Amino acid sequence: MQIPIEYYLILSAFMFSVGIVGVLTRRNAIIVFMCIELMLNSANLTLITFSSYLGDVGGQLFVFFVMAVAAAEAAVGLAIIIAIYRNKLTVNIDQINILKW
Amino acid sequence: MTLEVILFAIFSTICAVSAVLMITRPSPVISALFLVLNFCSLAGLYLTLNAQFIAVAQVIVYAGAIMVFFLFVIMLLNPETERKFFEHKAKLRVFIIVIVALVLIQIIYVIFLSKPSQTITSEASRSIETGTVENIGREMFTNYVLPFEAAGYLLLAATIGALVLAKKKFE
Repeated sequence: MQIPIEYYLILSAFMFSVGIVGVLTRRNAIIVFMCIELMLNSANLTLITFSSYLGDVGGQLFVFFVMAVAAAEAAVGLAIIIAIYRNKLTVNIDQINILKW
Repeated sequence: MTLEVILFAIFSTICAVSAVLMITRPSPVISALFLVLNFCSLAGLYLTLNAQFIAVAQVIVYAGAIMVFFLFVIMLLNPETERKFFEHKAKLRVFIIVIVALVLIQIIYVIFLSKPSQTITSEASRSIETGTVENIGREMFTNYVLPFEAAGYLLLAATIGALVLAKKKFE
């Protein structure tokens, strides 16, 4: 435990910011989805960091459940993307705007 | 310079660089491969944090299962390369990057201001004991058994939901 906890937290914050930039700038629905996975992973890194530095197992279990939810979310989300692609023949989120005011 | 510091430097650099490369490459396949690299280096970081079980689960679940799934969908859809809708809206992109950078600087400032390394006292032996498979398994099947069962039902529901959504048409 020679590394200060701040370094891990800053790395996590940086990855989260990169994920936000990706979600906001990319127009491909699949890549937007991958950026969401990146943000989930940066949150996981924070949980593991605190779990390890505090000696509490709760954070690591939480990460395990986050992984289960991420797997479920990826399955349903990608199925939705396939269904949209079948109807509109595009994954560009600028052209999928039926619900946009 | 101990091994821990060296490993942290290597893995965190790979992590940050691959994240940036992932959102800047136009091709979805290359983006997905950089995300796999990012997940693998994150597993290495988990190992430096003494979380062995989560590190293995990260490689198997994220870098293995979820990313193979993403690559499968990319292969199925064969989406047009993003370059043609990558160039316009450059002003908006710069605006977003500036805003997010400001928020990031704010978070880093708060992290350094609160000085968590002075308030959190960490012992290496306790940290190592926390991350073992034995400890996690004992905790999962005693205190956290209800969330564990709920996660099982969630995965079942997601499997059925994905099948129904991706089916050709409802009959």
